[in-house]
This record gives sequence, C-alpha cells and structure tokens, in this order.
Amino acid sequence: MPYHIGARRAVMKSLLQSVRSNVREASTRNKCSWAGLGWPASQNAMERRYSMTSTSFLSARRYLGSQVDHPKRQQQTEAHEKDFLHFPGAKTTFTFSLEYIKEISEDPVPCYRLLNDHGDPIDGAELPEIEQSLGVKMYETMAILQTMDNLYYEAQRQGRISFYVTSIGEEAINVASAAALSSDDLIFPQYREQGVLLWRGFTLKDFASQCFANDEDSGKGRQMPVHYGSKKLNYITVSSTVGTQLPHAVGAAYSLKMAKEEACTVAYFGDGGTSEGDFHAAMNFASVLEVPVLFICRNNGWAISTPASDQYRSDGVVVKGQAYGIRSFRVDGNDTLAMYSCVQAARKMAIEESRPILIEALTYRIGHHTTSDDSSKYRSITEMERWKSLRDPVIRFRKWLEGNAWWDEVAERRLRATARNEVITTMVRAEILKKPPLSDLFKDVYDSVPVHLQEQEAYVRSTVTRHPKDHPSDVPL
Amino acid sequence: MESTALLQKLTAGMAFRGNPATLLSSSSASSHFARVQASAWPIMQGSRLRRLNVEATDLNANAFGTMPHSSTGLKIITKAVAVKTERGSTATAQQGHELLLFEALREGLDEEMERDPTVCVIGEDVGHYGGSYKVTKGMAEKYGDLRLLDTPIAENSFTGMAIGAAMSGLRPIVEGMNMGFLLLAFNQIANNCGMLHYTSGGQFTIPIVIRGPGGVGRQLGAEHSQRLESYFQSVPGLQMVACSTPYNAKGLMKAAIRSENPVILFEHVLLYNLKERIPDEEYVLCLEEAELVRPGEDITILTYSRMRHHVLQAVKTLVSKGYDPEVIDIRSLKPFDLFTIGNSVKKTHKVLIVEECMRTGGIGASLRAAIMENFFDELDAPIGCLSSQDVPTPYAGPLEDLTVVQPPQIVFAVEQLCKH
Repeated sequence: MPYHIGARRAVMKSLLQSVRSNVREASTRNKCSWAGLGWPASQNAMERRYSMTSTSFLSARRYLGSQVDHPKRQQQTEAHEKDFLHFPGAKTTFTFSLEYIKEISEDPVPCYRLLNDHGDPIDGAELPEIEQSLGVKMYETMAILQTMDNLYYEAQRQGRISFYVTSIGEEAINVASAAALSSDDLIFPQYREQGVLLWRGFTLKDFASQCFANDEDSGKGRQMPVHYGSKKLNYITVSSTVGTQLPHAVGAAYSLKMAKEEACTVAYFGDGGTSEGDFHAAMNFASVLEVPVLFICRNNGWAISTPASDQYRSDGVVVKGQAYGIRSFRVDGNDTLAMYSCVQAARKMAIEESRPILIEALTYRIGHHTTSDDSSKYRSITEMERWKSLRDPVIRFRKWLEGNAWWDEVAERRLRATARNEVITTMVRAEILKKPPLSDLFKDVYDSVPVHLQEQEAYVRSTVTRHPKDHPSDVPL
Repeated sequence: MESTALLQKLTAGMAFRGNPATLLSSSSASSHFARVQASAWPIMQGSRLRRLNVEATDLNANAFGTMPHSSTGLKIITKAVAVKTERGSTATAQQGHELLLFEALREGLDEEMERDPTVCVIGEDVGHYGGSYKVTKGMAEKYGDLRLLDTPIAENSFTGMAIGAAMSGLRPIVEGMNMGFLLLAFNQIANNCGMLHYTSGGQFTIPIVIRGPGGVGRQLGAEHSQRLESYFQSVPGLQMVACSTPYNAKGLMKAAIRSENPVILFEHVLLYNLKERIPDEEYVLCLEEAELVRPGEDITILTYSRMRHHVLQAVKTLVSKGYDPEVIDIRSLKPFDLFTIGNSVKKTHKVLIVEECMRTGGIGASLRAAIMENFFDELDAPIGCLSSQDVPTPYAGPLEDLTVVQPPQIVFAVEQLCKH
C-alpha cells in the first residue's frame, strides 16, 4: 500500500479496540443494541481462533503455523479487520471468528412508565405537562368508554345486538394515544380502538347507530357492530381482516408525504397481528419509503386463545423494529401518562423526520376477545380478576388525578351515573329506529348503480311486492 | 366520454399463427377506418333490421370482405385475401401516429399524470428501470421517484398501500409485474379494495387502477400464465376491462384512471408489441362499452384480449368460406356490455365465445349464463364457448399451443354452430 501503513494500522487498531471496549461496556450496561454480539473477550482469544481461518487478505503464504505472536500474523489480523467492503446488501467490516447474533438478548428491552401501579409518579421520572382540563377529559373519556363497553357487552348477551368487542384493560392505550395526536392524523384501526373514536368526537348516538345498524349510521348499516368509520374524524372504517390496515396506513402516509402535510397516519394492531405478512411488509415499506406512520401495537398478550408465547419467540414486538430499520419504543400501555408522552414524542419524530415509528404498548386484555369468545376456557379466571382489580389503567390514572386534587369521589359518582344513563338512552333509542332503506343496498358498490345491479334491485323489489308480509317492517323500501 | 369507436383493421402478415408480435405494420398504408356510431344501437333495439349506421370511407378485403348481398350500400368487395393496394398518396392522408401497445399505455399514463398530480404508479421496478414491459419507461425522470414508486416485493402490501393512498386522496396505479403475482394481493383486492367504499357507507372512495400483463405467453410456465379475470370477476365493487389494441389500451387506461371505482385493467404479455396508428387528439374510451370489430350477419363471436386477434385470423378463413361473422371485443369484463352483445345476438341468433380463460368458472362461463338469461328467445343454437382447458399451462411450446384456442378451432366451431 502506498501510504503510511504503519500509522494507519495503529490508528485502526486502537479504534477497533475502543469500539470493542465500548461494546463490552454497553453489554454490561444492558443497552440492547449491541447486546449479544459476543465480541471476543480478549486479543489472545481472538488470536487463538486465528488458526481456524484459512487465508488472510494480504498474506501470500497460507501457512503460519501455531506461532501466536508471529508478527506477520498480527499484520494480517489487523489488515483483515480494517478491510471494509461495500456490498450492495450491507456495508461492514469483517471478522474471522464465527460469531452469531443471539436470538434473544440477555436482558429484555425495558418498559417506559411514569406512574406506578398506585398512580404515584416514579421517583426521578419527568412527567409530561398536562393541564387539568386535559387530564380530566382523558379520564372522563376512559370512564365513558368503560361504561359503554360494559353496557354493550351486556346488550349483546341479552340478544339486542349480534356482536361486540370490548377494550377493557386497553382504555389508556386508546385514549392517551388519541389525546397525543392531532385531529389531522389519519387513524387506521384494527377493531379495539373505539376509545380513539370517542376521544375524537364520535357521539354515543353514533356508536349506537352503528351497532344497531339503523338508518342514522354513517356506514349505512353495512358493517358488523364495532366496525366504525368516520371520514369527518379521520378514522378509516374498520375492516375485519387482521393486519390489512397496516399497508393502508403506509400508503396514506405516503400520500401525506407527497402532499407535504403536517400530519401522520397511525395504525393500531395487536400482538397477533404482528404474525401477519402484511405487518412485516408494511414495516419494511414504511422504512424504505420514509413515511410518517406510527405503528402502535397493543400487545395484550392474547390473540383469541393464543398466548404471546405461541405467537412469537422474540422479546415482544419492540425488537422487530430494528429488523426493518425503524425506531421502536416499549411503553407500559396501562400508564396513561407514559402512553401520552410516548405517542407525543413519536408523532413529533415521525412528522419532523418523515420516518416510521413502532410503539409496543404492553397491556392485558381483561375482557374476552369478542362476545363470541369465552376466555375462561383458556386462561384462569383468577388471572383476569387480578389484572382487573390490581392493574386497571383507569383506576391507576384516577389515583393520579386524585393525587393532584383534580378528581374526587363526588365527580366519580356523577360521571359514572351520567355515562350510564346516556349510553342506555342512546341504546334504547337506536334500537327502535328504522333500518337503512332497501334502496341503499345496491348503492356505493360503484360510484353509480350499473345496469346489472339495477336489474338485481328490481328483482328484489318484485319479491318484496309479492310477499309484503314477509318483508320486515323496520326496513323502508 | 366519447361513444364512438374507431375500427382499425389489422394488417397483413397474419399468416403467422398466433404471434401478434410479428404483426408489424408492413402495409400500414392500406389501413382504413370505418366508423360505427355506437349511439346508433339504441335505434336497433328490438328490431331485426340489417340497417347498420356504418359510414365507410373505404372498405377493402383486408378489413371486412363483406358479403355480396349486403344491403348497406357499401362497396362490395369479393376478395378476402389481403392485398397491398396501390395508394401512394395515402401517406399524406394518414392522421395520427403509429406506436406499439406498451407505448400507447405509456402515452395514456403520461397524459393522465400530467393532467392530475395525484396520479402515481406503484409497483416493482416501475421507477428508473421503467417497468418490466417498459410501460413506465422515462417517466421517473419526468415525474420523480415519489410518483413512480419502486416497491419491495410484497404484492399484498403494496396493493394495500395503494388502497390506503387512494382513501386519502391519491389516485394510484398498481402495476403487477405479471398478473399472476396479484394473486398474492387477493386479500387486499377482495376484502378491502372492492368493499371499503360500500362498508364505509360511501365515505371513502378507492379510485385505484390495478394493471398488469396476464394471459398465456411464450413458454413462460404455468405460474406466469395465469388468467386472473376469472378469479376476480366475482368480487363486488370491482370493474374489469381488458385491452387488445393500442387504440383501446390508451383509451381504457385513461378511462380507468379517471374512474372513481377500482378498475382492473388486464393487458396481455404477447400484445405489447402490437403496432397501430392511433389519433393524435386526446380520447377516452368508455369502460363499460364493448367494441364492434367487424359487423356481420351469421354469427356473433364474442372475445377479448389476445383471442381477438386469433378470431380475426379465423375470420379471414371464414369469409373465404362464405360466412359472415360479427366480431365483438367485449372489452368490459365486469360488467358485461349486454346492450351491444344483445343487439348482436338479436341480429345473428348464434353466439360463439372465444376466450383464453380456463373452462371452469371463466369469463365465458359467466357470459354464457348472462346471454342465456337475457336473450334465450333470440338464440337459434346453444351458445358455443371455446376456452383453454382446465390444466396448468405447460412449458413445452407445442403443448402450450394446444392449451390456447387456435384459429382453425374457431373456424370449425363457427361452421358447426352455423349448421343450426
């Protein structure tokens, strides 16, 4: 080599050594990014392994025997190490020791939280600045959500609606994340995010209309209960298919990026949804395209009856972000303040730097998967009860509010009573309203009703005319 | 949208069996137009008059070879063999410009992207590579990487991405490198693309175009010879069109992009090098309309995509044998243009469907049912249907040719049907 090889080699060697020592330190300090890389403990160990390699980059002679301290070997080692090649697939240095990246790091990724289980701030934690009105509104929304979920669940059990999905245990994720977003952010929900919609302004009447599929439903009675959608509130209609909303969110973020809007898209999904192919491709796309999208995973530990241990073998969902080049957060999903602070920071990062962010919100699904599920069949009732009584996110936040003297028992009783009354009133009213008319059945398949659908509609109408008694009375024609 | 359909005859050189790639316009000077007013069809409803509102500038044997007893007052030509006519001055009378089908698609795409900044293309290798069939060549340099988006290999996901982008204001065009790969996108197309407009109560529209080459190619193997129109035809909310010539390729591409509905545009791998002269002025075709390729009296032949060219080749033989088939390129696979088809059936009373789909559950199967249901009384014979067999397409050339309907089979089928 033409230039000062000795000096360069010395610099590279010291650089490499400092890198290695940092890495070692980092491993011991449990920073997960390099953890498990397993660098050799010492120079001698590395040199001992040297005898296993066949050729080195510079040496013409292959055989150097077992002389550990041979100067030529030192040369070759250093030359090999500082050799840096730009492959199209990766740009990296070489190593001659056969090392693997561990399948799981020794220490799991720590979880960000600000309040403990009793609603007290953790010592040393920096709480986000929240005004009383915001805090109270968040709590009220969570409480109304709880009330609504419980009442609709019971309504389904009574046969008044066909189906319902509760978000019991995940109220903090829903409401706190919604509070940290702006109304311009486009939401791509899975199906357990009614709290987000409630925060944005979907009224109890709107919820009832959709669940009872009456003619006030903005979805015109075309979807199952809980498949809400509102263009006005930037909440894309729920589609039952798991994970398909993730690429949608990426595409919409791409459209926002093209339009240079100050907004991001937010996709919600569960731990089960991360097994779908769409999750992986969406993460990859978002990273490659550099679009502002938040991937919020509600890791509640259960996908119907499949526990998370059967869903993946990695340390949760947060570590999957790095595989796609995405910044990832792990946050306690039952801690309202932590959730709020995390989503706020993530949103800022996503929009300012036009990058995707993955947030894994750890929580527990206290309720059943849906009303078609009885989770006592696959998990113990005591486990569910324990989470409900000891780790309810709503109670936890309430304790913090009470600690700030922003809430009290009187307000609580009043809120719960009002909420219950309102939900029941809207439910009862929605139940008796008329269903969407028959003429809506064939609309919106296309932008205008084509001939063959007009014929089909005519046929249905003729059937109704022939058998008027069999036509339900609450379906206008 | 214009309702006139310009008829373009295919030039000589059809001696080669089935390879449209060789249909380079060697005698382009002899191409002529015959204009058929599609709006004339309503007049014909219920009537069995043979009066066609056809203005012919010039008809020669290459185009139609009409029968001597035609009552239309057209110039009667008896020769059905393609001849090079001496029309030295035709060059100056030529209007429009000549191009290949993939260039026509590109032209349509270019015009729409220029007209509307929300139009973008999403697919594998569509950016600087220009697309595997060069449909988007040169466009990334013109419109930038964001509008000609190269994606990783995940069809379900980039189709989903396009759906999400469409719901938030863009008008994406998804290019499948081969239609068969869009089978991976079936979930997004069937569950979301066709459905979300309906299930959201009309709140969100999905003005997406999904396009790509399909059909049986030249020894591409079974996985690359899929005919997806049969799988997608049941999905409600989708519109499907198939192009077959540069003229209708450009027109349909533009119409699909402007449509508010999700449209699947089926192209054919072997038709990309088809050359034709198309008008200079801007035109947009109607997505739901079928194209009358050749008017006739004896039998209606319904076809689309590559089979149109096989049919026209068979027509030459049929004409020389004394038959007068009417050829309709149905173009709109979902919904069918039963109006044009019905008027034709009422005239000829016999139908032959020639398609490339598999026999079971193909477009022909649905079309037969629709015609039977609507025009049973008009039929003098059972509806004939020539389609590919229910086998995966083999690689070996001769075997592959046996799975695709060939002109001699079409001739034979017409002869059989006309016996009724």
